[in-house]
Formats: sequence, structure tokens, C-alpha cells
Amino acid sequence: MNILWRALSFLRPYWTTATGAAFSLLMVTAANLALPQIIRRIIDDGIQGGHLSTVLWGALVLVGLAAMRGVFNFAQGFWSEKASQNVAFDVRNMLYDQIQRLSFSYHDRAQTGQLLTRLTSDVEMVRQFTGMGLFQFINALLMLFGSAALLLWMNWQLALLTLATVPVVLAVLLRLISFIRPLFEQAQAKLGRLNTILQENLAGIRVVKAFTREEFELNRFRAANLEYLNLNVRALRLFSSSFPLLFFIFNLGTGGIVWMGGEMVISKQLSLGELAAFITYLNYLMFPLLMVGMLGAMTARAAASARRVFEILDAQPEVTERPGAIVLPPIRGRVAFEDVSFRYAGSEHDSLSHVSFVVEPGQTVAILGATGSGKSTVINLIPRFYDVTAGRVTIDGYDVRDVTLSSLRSQIGIVLQETVLFSGTIRDNIAYGRPDSSDEEVIAAARAAQAHDFITALPDGYQTVVGERGMGLSGGQRQRIAIARALLLNPRILILDDSTSSVDAETEYQIQQALEQLMRGRTSFVIAQRVSTVRSVDLILVFDAGRLVARGTHEQLLEESEIYAAIVHSQLL
Amino acid sequence: MGPRGGFRRLVEIEEERAADQRAVALRLMRFLTPYWPQLVLACVLVITNAVTFSLAPYLIGRAIDEFIAAGDRAGLVRIVLLLLVTYLVGMGSMSGQMYVMGWTGQHVLAHMREQICAKIQTLGLRYFDRHDAGDLMSRLTNDVDVLNQLLTNGLAQMVGGLLQMLAIVIAMLMLNWQLALASFTVIPAMLLIINGLARRARSAFRKARTTIGDVSAELEENIAAVRVAQAYGREEINRQRFAEINAANRDANVSAVGITAAFAPAMDVLSSIAVAIVTGMGGTLVISGATSVGIVISFLRYVQLFFHPVQQISTVYALLQAALAASERVFDLLDEPPELVDAPDAVPMPPIRGEVVFEHVDFAYDTAPQDGREREPVLRDINLIARPGETVAIVGATGAGKTTLVNLVARFYDVTAGRILIDGLDIRKVTVASLRRQLGIVPQDSFLFSGTVADNIRYGRLDASDEEVIAAAQLIGAHEFIMRLPAGYQTEIGERGGTLSQGQRQLIALTRAVLADPRILILDEATASIDTRTERAIQQALEILFRGRTSFVVAHRLSTVRNADRIYVLDAGRIVEHGRHDELLARGGLYAQLYARQFRDLAPVKVHASATSI
Repeated sequence: MNILWRALSFLRPYWTTATGAAFSLLMVTAANLALPQIIRRIIDDGIQGGHLSTVLWGALVLVGLAAMRGVFNFAQGFWSEKASQNVAFDVRNMLYDQIQRLSFSYHDRAQTGQLLTRLTSDVEMVRQFTGMGLFQFINALLMLFGSAALLLWMNWQLALLTLATVPVVLAVLLRLISFIRPLFEQAQAKLGRLNTILQENLAGIRVVKAFTREEFELNRFRAANLEYLNLNVRALRLFSSSFPLLFFIFNLGTGGIVWMGGEMVISKQLSLGELAAFITYLNYLMFPLLMVGMLGAMTARAAASARRVFEILDAQPEVTERPGAIVLPPIRGRVAFEDVSFRYAGSEHDSLSHVSFVVEPGQTVAILGATGSGKSTVINLIPRFYDVTAGRVTIDGYDVRDVTLSSLRSQIGIVLQETVLFSGTIRDNIAYGRPDSSDEEVIAAARAAQAHDFITALPDGYQTVVGERGMGLSGGQRQRIAIARALLLNPRILILDDSTSSVDAETEYQIQQALEQLMRGRTSFVIAQRVSTVRSVDLILVFDAGRLVARGTHEQLLEESEIYAAIVHSQLL
Repeated sequence: MGPRGGFRRLVEIEEERAADQRAVALRLMRFLTPYWPQLVLACVLVITNAVTFSLAPYLIGRAIDEFIAAGDRAGLVRIVLLLLVTYLVGMGSMSGQMYVMGWTGQHVLAHMREQICAKIQTLGLRYFDRHDAGDLMSRLTNDVDVLNQLLTNGLAQMVGGLLQMLAIVIAMLMLNWQLALASFTVIPAMLLIINGLARRARSAFRKARTTIGDVSAELEENIAAVRVAQAYGREEINRQRFAEINAANRDANVSAVGITAAFAPAMDVLSSIAVAIVTGMGGTLVISGATSVGIVISFLRYVQLFFHPVQQISTVYALLQAALAASERVFDLLDEPPELVDAPDAVPMPPIRGEVVFEHVDFAYDTAPQDGREREPVLRDINLIARPGETVAIVGATGAGKTTLVNLVARFYDVTAGRILIDGLDIRKVTVASLRRQLGIVPQDSFLFSGTVADNIRYGRLDASDEEVIAAAQLIGAHEFIMRLPAGYQTEIGERGGTLSQGQRQLIALTRAVLADPRILILDEATASIDTRTERAIQQALEILFRGRTSFVVAHRLSTVRNADRIYVLDAGRIVEHGRHDELLARGGLYAQLYARQFRDLAPVKVHASATSI
């Protein structure tokens, strides 16, 4: 229930619209309750009493009342949808915001398809609940109590007969709800699975095709699809057995009324008009009862979805700003690791253990080591993508955990291993970190990254639209755009994570020249495989299985480090 | 074209759309045809339910008129019992109808999802180069979900509602035809309103469907690339951009509802007018003695009952509009012609010996001229030969067309001109599956699926035993790091490899290819992210791997390619030279330049290195 209250609290900013909708609903309900009274008067006083004018006036009032009901009905429908669409809008924004805030460690484990399902399908369930659910629930309750009160007022004996069915109906409903909620929760999880399979299939389409695994992927999808189908059919079975039962129980009441009411009319305890009105009200009682049933199922479904939404909203970003975190002033670029150890969540081994080093402002540092030795981990700790497990990382003496994330990261330019291009123009992609840059700045960055020439050779130059994953561009071209993106930030600290590996020697040489210019005056970290890249740097750090095993310049290390010598040797063949 | 012409075009588009709409609806129906026995059963149940639904008030009316008014107690009991039987049958038929319709709907949806997934498998890479994955996802999730609402609730309600209306109309005519005709006068107005609103609703819903597709596309892209967003501090800008797209979807939905919300109230007003007509006219008739009070009471009930399904149908109608807009998008995808179709006379590729020949091959990614310009070909007049068992290296500058060239071998794209022969067979004359099954490709971007390490390796060959998986990993040198993972081969790795480094991912991708034991092996920068020392170890494994099969190696690191049987040097889409390493060096062309560049810095180091070599 808490979950639902929390889901409803999303309506708070739209309380005027929501109240408007609720008020309209109230008016509709009032009109609904008034109608049978008017009909009763027409029958009893007008038709049976033989007063034609009462009949005609009554008919006019009926139409007037209906027109009023129509207007409020529209207002109710429109406002409740407006409020709920706004809720969906807000919840999606909140989720999106949160997903962007969650640390790398969360995204290491999360699947895009699952997150996508929660942002679309689950949000939609919550929306339907906040929009229709609440208002209809109020409506149903009002109708229920209103009709019950009127029935009691009109004829309490008959009313009690009808109301006797209510507890039975509620019992059936409760049973339905308690069974159906876990089913819905499973169904949504399965839907997420389905989306993940398809999403990965799309993202890895080249691998799928290369290994002709289309059939395999389809079978995988088919299996998940079948499970999802079965869950839905199970839910359906519950519904189709419960709802008609509700109807029937209720209709038993109607049958009872006709019988007992008939007896009472025959024994002159009741007028025919009263009986007719009574039967009409009975339908008013049935409708809200069924509504409550539908809402019960819907609520169960919404609760299942809301829980999945809140799971994301409540996830604690591992990396958070400390209360009172200060804005990192413009840095000079002194980076120090002080006895840093790091372990990925769920891992049993340290990825880094007891690493200490100092990089002075303006120095260029190369990080070398075997695959999986912890090179990328080192540089992920500088912009604080992860928090250290022990020790500390400082920049100009500030512990990175003591400063705000934006002030820290905005002074660091990083080219990640994965070169992601976003759908949009090449210009947009280069200006990703600073969308307000001038064309001159973008071109200057592209020139520095040796990308200008190939970009201008493209049909639309900087306005060329690149696809979702930068299709149509080669790996090396994508990498150069990613480098230009980092250079445009003009950062104090520059981090290049293996960013020249898919660039040919000639291009790399050119980039190298440009980078040397750019690195001047900035602290730079370069992860590279090639000794040619790292020869001229100020400091080389050699990692092996998470430990810093050697440090020094190229010449020093050649003399002192066997591992380094072996790396150099491996490239000379 | 002037504003008038523009307007005319707009009208034409609207008309075309309306015609499309009928086609879409028909096609949607066709999805239902395999389930005709269920549908017939459902119809029978729906009819039964509709009959019981309209029989009940009739019985109540008779009870009042014939028995209660006449004071016939025994008759009253009889008719109440009859009423109970009616209710019982009603319950049974309603339950059956809900289940059968729902069951059918769910199966249709599952079938449709499967078709979407199957379709995606057949589409060529060209299609994925042009379309957002997120938008495709949205068709599977959001659009199918809208259909779900229509099929599971809507259809039964619609059919049931229509039948109920029919039954009620008949009952009314039988009771008193004058009164019936009088109350039917509101029907033309009803049809007019429905038609008018529906037309407006249609375009509104189409917009709502498109905008939710945009939302999904934006989400998919940014969730997948969230690390970059964080690294660049783009959170705020991304948030604003998403909010805009999100708002467009909200607004489209709100304006669609502005139209559909008018349905129910309009029907409500009409229903009340009908009630007023019945009371007014019925009252007059009763007073003049032409009919009984019981009949008027029954009539009032019927008129209200008549508009109940109308309201239901109008809700369904709104749903139907949304569903048609959604199915349009689903069918668009299903209708996409598969780009690489097997020729009708395509034969399965016989076991490959491994001779690969390119004959005057040209290739352009986009052949359609755009803005009056012909698209630049990526490859021009490529002639290349690889004999069985040879290792062929492709080198060249970034963007020279190396990846494209090897993609053509696997027929990811079709050549624009010329042809590619494997063992003398044009690869367009054999089935794609039989060709690719014999190729092992390690692409630049080593994609891993969520699942265990073992699952990912086994992707190369599904029936491989654990021993074979481990043997392959040992051969590549991936075994050690895998054993260091928390659960070894059973370690769950997140989508895209999670915490594995790029180099580790490449090792797994290589192991995958080893396990597949292909006839032709294609390595596209497969070792670029692996450190040189590990690569040297791999190199030995690769030597073993290359033995006995034709291999294509794309590499920047020239140390990787110096042992190749033949090296092709690409420059701006043309082969500028080819030969063995020594020959090319001796020639002093582009290759020699590239080589000199790569090793230039290292030359003086050589002495030291060999002095301290391990």
C-alpha cells in the first residue's frame, strides 16, 4: 500500500488539475444518483398520476441534467488524463535523471533492455493507475456508498438484502488481487527479459550475423516470449473465473429483489415506481462494485510496476557528493594516488592493490600493463567513476570525494575505450561536452585530432549525420571524433584510454604530434600498448595484476624493469 | 509549389492515410484468422452473453407487469427462477468469452512479437545502419502493448457490445415499435459524432505513437552510453533534451485524449435525450392508455442498456485508433524487404576449401544518390585472391575501407559491382546461412551478451562441451584471467562485458571464433586492445589457428601481419600494392612508409631491448 501512496504522491504538483477532475467526477456521480429519482417521479406522479405536464417537465430536466453530466464527464476524462500524462512525464524524467546519476558500478550490472522496460511499460502502468485508478476509485466508492444510502433510505429491508452480497463480492475480489499481483510482477520481469534479448540482439547484430546465430536468438526470444504468454494466460484465467462470479453473485441479489420486492408490491407495502427505481439503483451499486474489481486488478498491476520503478529511483548511486562538498577550484593538475586499493562489486580479487604514485602538473604519464592488469581501473578512479575501496585519490591535494562531481569532471577530458557516437551530426558529436562551442572551436579540435580532413571529405562535412553507433565511419575515424570531443573541453587533465589502438601507424603518428602540443601544460594519462607512443613521456607506470610494479622513464625502465623490457621486446619482433 | 498546392497535398496524404487505415485494419484481422475456431467459439459465447444480458430486463419487466401487478405469487417465483437460470448462463458465457478472447489475443500478440524478432534477424546491416535500435524496440514493446489492450479487452467488448445493441434493438421493436422508432431518432446523430471525432483522433494517435518511439530511441541510446554522458558532464543537457522529447509525447497524448474524452459524454447526452423521449412519449401513451407502465419501465431500462455498449464501443474505438496507429508502425517493420535475400536457386555452400577471389569489386554504402550527388564508393575495383590455407593481411590508413572489405566476404553487404567468389562460387548464389556458418569473424567491436563467460564463448558453437570451451580459452590464453573471475567460466558478465576490460573482451571474442572452428577466419582488428605481450602469446595461438584455413587479418600493428602469405595495402578504397612483407618493404611504397613510421622510434632501442630480453 505504501508503494501506491507514493505513486499517488506524484500527482501533488498537479493537484489543481487532479482536484478539478475529482470535482467533475463528483458532479457526474451526483447527476447519476439524481436521475433515477427524477425517473421515479415521472413514473409515479406523472404517468401513473396522469399529469402530462409533469412527464414533459421531467423529460426536460432529464436532458438538462444529462448535458451537465456530459460537460463534467469530459472535464473529468480530460483533466485526469492530463494529470496522469504529466505524472508519466515527471516519473520518466526522474528515472532518466537517476539513471544518469547512477555510478558505473550500477551500470556494470544493469541491462539496457530492463531499464528501458521500466521507463516505458512500467511507467505506463503507474500512469494509468494515477490517472484513472484514483479518480475511478473515488467515484466507485462514492457511488457505492451513495447508492447504498439511497437504497436504505428508500426501503431498508430490500436494501439489506442487496447489501448482503457485498461482503461476498469483496471476498472474491481480495482473493483475486492477492493472487494476481505476484503474477503481474513476474510478467513485467519477463517482459524486461524479452526486451533485453531483443536489445542485445540489436546492439550485437554484427556478432549475431557473423556467427549465423539468428535461429539461436530467435529461439531464445521465442522461449521468453512463451513464458511471458503463459504468465499472461494464467492471469487471464484468474480474471475470467473471478469477474463473471462477481456479476453472478450480484445478480443473485437482483433476483432476490424482484422476488421479495414483488411480494411487497403485491402486499401493497411498496409502489411499482419504487420497485423500478430500486432496481435501477441496484445497477448503480453493481457498477461501482465491478469498478472496484477492475481497479483491484489494475492496482495490483500498478503496484507491481511501481515497485520496479521505485527500485531504480531508490538505488543509491555508489558515488555521491558528500554533504558540503566544495567546488573544486581551477586545478593545476597534480594527481596523487595514496595507497589506493580497489575491488569491483561482487569480485573476490582486488583489481588494484596498494597503488601509490604522484603526477606533477603538466606531466604526461603512460600506463602500461597486460590485459586486465588494472590500467583502466586507475584512470576510472581519477574522475571518480568509482570510489576507491581503500586509500585516496587527490587532485591538487583535494580528495576527489570532497569535491562536487561536476566541478571535478568538467576539468577532466577523457576518451574512453568504447568510442560511442550519438545519432546526430559530426559537429554535435564533437561538441558533446560543450554544445555551445563555436564552429571555429569545433574545427580546431577536429584538426588537433587529425579528423578535419576526413570530415570535410564526407558529403556533408561537419553536418554529416552519423548513425546510432556511428555507422559508416571506420573505427579509427570514430576514435578521432572521440578524441576531438575530449580536446574541445580544453581540460586540465587529459585521459586517453587506449584511444589510438584502432588507428593506423600513420594516423597515430599525426595524432601523437597533435597530442604532444595539447598535452603541454596539462597533466595527461595515456594508456597505450605501443612503446612508440610512450617513449617520450615523463613517467611510465607499469602494472601487473593490479600492482604497480615499475615506474620511471623509458630509459630508466629499460635498465631496471624486466617486464618493461619484455613489453618493448615484444613489439620489435 | 504554392500554399494551395501544399494544402492539396496535405489533403491527399490524409486520404491516402485513410485508405491505408483500412488496409492496416484488414491486415490486423488476418493475424486473427488462424484462430478462427476460437473466434467462432468466442462469438457463440458473446452472443449467449448478450442474449442473457438483454433477457434479464425483459424478464424483470414481465415479472412486474404480469405477475406483480396481477398479484400472481407462484408466477413470480417461476419467473425469478428463470431469471436465476439466465444469470447462471450469463456467468458461464461471460467467463468463457473472457478467457477465449483473452487467450486468442495473447497468442496473436506473442505471434506478432515473434514475427518482429524473426524479421529483425532477416534484415541486412544496411537497415541497422539507418534505424535507431530504440525505435525498433519501441515497436516491440509500446506498440504491441497498445495492441494488447485492444485485443484482450477491446475486441470482446466491441463484438459483445454490437451484439448487445442488436439484441436490445430487436427486443425494443418487439415490445413497442412506435416507442422504439422514436428512441432510435438519436442514432444518426450518434453516428455523425463518432465519425467526426474518430477522424481527428486518428492523426492525434499517430503522433502519440511516433513520439513514444522517439522517447524509446533517446532512452536506448543514452542508457547504453551513460558512461560517456557522465564523463562529459552532459547529464544536465541530456536531461533537458529528454524532457523535451518526453514533453512532446505527453502533449501528443493529452491532445489525443482531448478528442477521445469527448466520446463518452456525447454518447451520454444522446442517451439521456433518448431517455427523455421515451419518458415523454411513453408517459403520453400510458396516460392515453395505449401502453402499460411495465413496458415504459422496461423501455427506460433498454434505452440505458443500449447506450452502455455504445459507451463501451466508443472507448474501444479510441483504443482502436491508437492500435491502428501502432500496427501501422509494426507492419512498416514487418514489410521491410530483407536486403540480402537468398537467390531463388541459391544452393547451400558446400564445405569450403578456402579460395577467396575478389573480381573488380566496387562498393558504396548508400547507392541512392542524395541531393543530386552520387555517393562516394568506399571500395573501387578491388582484385584480390586468397588461396586455401593462406593468411591474407589487409593494411592501410584509417578509413581506407579495410573493415568494409572483410565485411563483404561474409556478405554483410552486397557488392555494388564485380563479384566475390569462394571456391569458384559467387557468394550471391549460395545461401547466406550456409556461407556464414563456415566463417569465423571477430569484429572490431567485441560485443558480449549478458550471460556467463562460458555462454559467450559457446556462442561460436552451441554444442561445445565444457572441455572444448576451456581448451579454446587455453589456446588463446584467456583461461588464466577467466579463472581469476569470481565464478570462473560461470561468472555472469553484464551486457557489453560489464567490468571486463576491452582487451579481456577481445580475448573472449577470439576464443569464441576458435571454438567455431571456421573454414575461413576473419580477424578485424581483433587484437588491437590487447597489450603487446599478451598479443605475442596469442600470435602463437593464431599461427596454429591459421594453419589449414584461409584467414583474413585486418591490423594496424604491422608486427601482427608480417608473417602473412600476402599483404594487401589499401589506400582510399583501392589496392595500391600487395605482396609479402619483405617484398613490400623492398619496394619502398606505402607499406614501407607505414612500417617505417611505426618502428622509427624504436630503432635505437633495439640494442637495449635485446640486451635485457627475457
